[in-house]
Amino acid sequence: MIGGAAATLRDELIGLGGVVERNVYLTRRYIWWDVAFMVWTIANTLTIVFIAKGIEATGGSIDVNRTTTQLLIGAVVWAYLGILFEFMTETVAWERWEGTIEYTFMAPLSRAMHLAGQGVFAISYGLLRAVFLFTVCALFFDLSMPDANFLAAFLVLAVASISFIGIGVMTSVLPLISPEKGTQLGFVAQGTLLVVSGVYYPVEVLPQWMQWIAKFSPATYALEGAREAILDGAPLSAMWDEIWPLLVIGAISIPLGLWVFHRGELYAKRHGKLKRSG
Amino acid sequence: MKAVPRRLDVAIEVDELRKEFRRRDGKRRGAQRKRVALDSVSFTMEKGETVAILGQNGSGKSTLVRLLSTLLLPDGGTARILGHDVLTDGRAVRRLVNRVSVEASFFKKMSAAENLGYAARYYGMTSKETRDKIPAILERVGFPSDRRDEPMENLSRGMQQKVALARALLTSPVVLLLDEPTTGLDPRSKLEVQEFIREIRETHDSTILLCTHDLAEAETLADRVGILDRGRLLALELVDDLKCRYRAETLEEAFFAATGREFEAEGDDDDDREVFA
Repeated sequence: MIGGAAATLRDELIGLGGVVERNVYLTRRYIWWDVAFMVWTIANTLTIVFIAKGIEATGGSIDVNRTTTQLLIGAVVWAYLGILFEFMTETVAWERWEGTIEYTFMAPLSRAMHLAGQGVFAISYGLLRAVFLFTVCALFFDLSMPDANFLAAFLVLAVASISFIGIGVMTSVLPLISPEKGTQLGFVAQGTLLVVSGVYYPVEVLPQWMQWIAKFSPATYALEGAREAILDGAPLSAMWDEIWPLLVIGAISIPLGLWVFHRGELYAKRHGKLKRSG
Repeated sequence: MKAVPRRLDVAIEVDELRKEFRRRDGKRRGAQRKRVALDSVSFTMEKGETVAILGQNGSGKSTLVRLLSTLLLPDGGTARILGHDVLTDGRAVRRLVNRVSVEASFFKKMSAAENLGYAARYYGMTSKETRDKIPAILERVGFPSDRRDEPMENLSRGMQQKVALARALLTSPVVLLLDEPTTGLDPRSKLEVQEFIREIRETHDSTILLCTHDLAEAETLADRVGILDRGRLLALELVDDLKCRYRAETLEEAFFAATGREFEAEGDDDDDREVFA
């Protein structure tokens, strides 16, 4: 019995590796598109971060270095979240477009492991990209971060990723329900998360009802934690106020995401929506 | 989940299987139109048997294949693969079944070897296991070894279909579902794919369900031939018995006599499903 369970677990882990392997192949094949997208992300991030210089130039009294770093952290987290959601939504959208989704869904790999594989790759690729983006922009603005605890910031973002993946799993099923518009709804989730989470401003400036919603957004804690670590040098041990909500949200969002995906998959199988139209 | 007791020689048992698709009725707000894609279909297939199902566009062939491969949920009836119910024991069914459809369906920028590699992992095969197996199986289907690492988009339809056959066989399925595997192929590729199906029949103990438009293909490759028309399985017999039953000289005449319609050469069974999906 134990042998059977161990064999199943082994097969599942190999399957998870297969999802990662497939994404590695695809990233390699589309590498120049990714480079072009990275250029756009850098340009977009610089546009936002220049706002700090703009405020100073128009007579505002701010600590330019600190404000620039604050904006940069917000822009990097935004870009990171964008990549995670893109990869998760692609789980269905791209496979549906290529026509491979039926072959993936008829394989014996469990949906949880299939989605976990997609999440593992998205987090790895997204974190690598976030580090690169942060480094390039920090060098561009010649930012001074003498107290920064980059390891703690990195770990907070990694913990928050569990919740992000849970939410991403929920949105990734949308292309199954609406092949035409489902992918765009993923952007709605991303935008909604960030508007309440203090991406470029403190949450306190939001109306009271939005501040209440912010408490349920993992991005709120990810941004707070990353800023405390990079701007103030806070160690991971001092960030328990950010870590525990992230763990709780993650513990809820992952099973909830899998349940939502399961319902969506059943809907697609009932109505014949797995196959691409046109 | 345990499989129900079954006859040891039965691979596929389909009993009163039913599937219908609905779509919005443009004329009446909130109303839906439904179309029965599969209407109480029943049949059994023995282990190692090859059965061909003949049918026109929209007759329900692809719906049947998708139900057996757990890609659609039935609205009624049951279907079992080696005793495992496709609805309640889907995971066990997925281990036993693989499928080749009319569209090869690959990541087009990836190579044949890459497409087969990641797909094999989903069935628990390590890279060590597939390192030798993938080149061997590609060679068996007649795929040139020097094109193994080329993107799929550079390959002809015939070549892509050979890779699709290799993908299905790589996982050693007990039941192989072939949904119009030769439709749209040039005559040479068609013959090569048919020859390979014949080889699988002779060298493997796989049970093969072949849905096809090609009467000659059905007659030469299958042990028994079924006629599916507008979702109903009208007959499933040995070719000679089918001819005898409908007092026909050829399979085409038997088809015409059974359905009351001429046989169309080729087409996509999914066309009609998409309208109603």
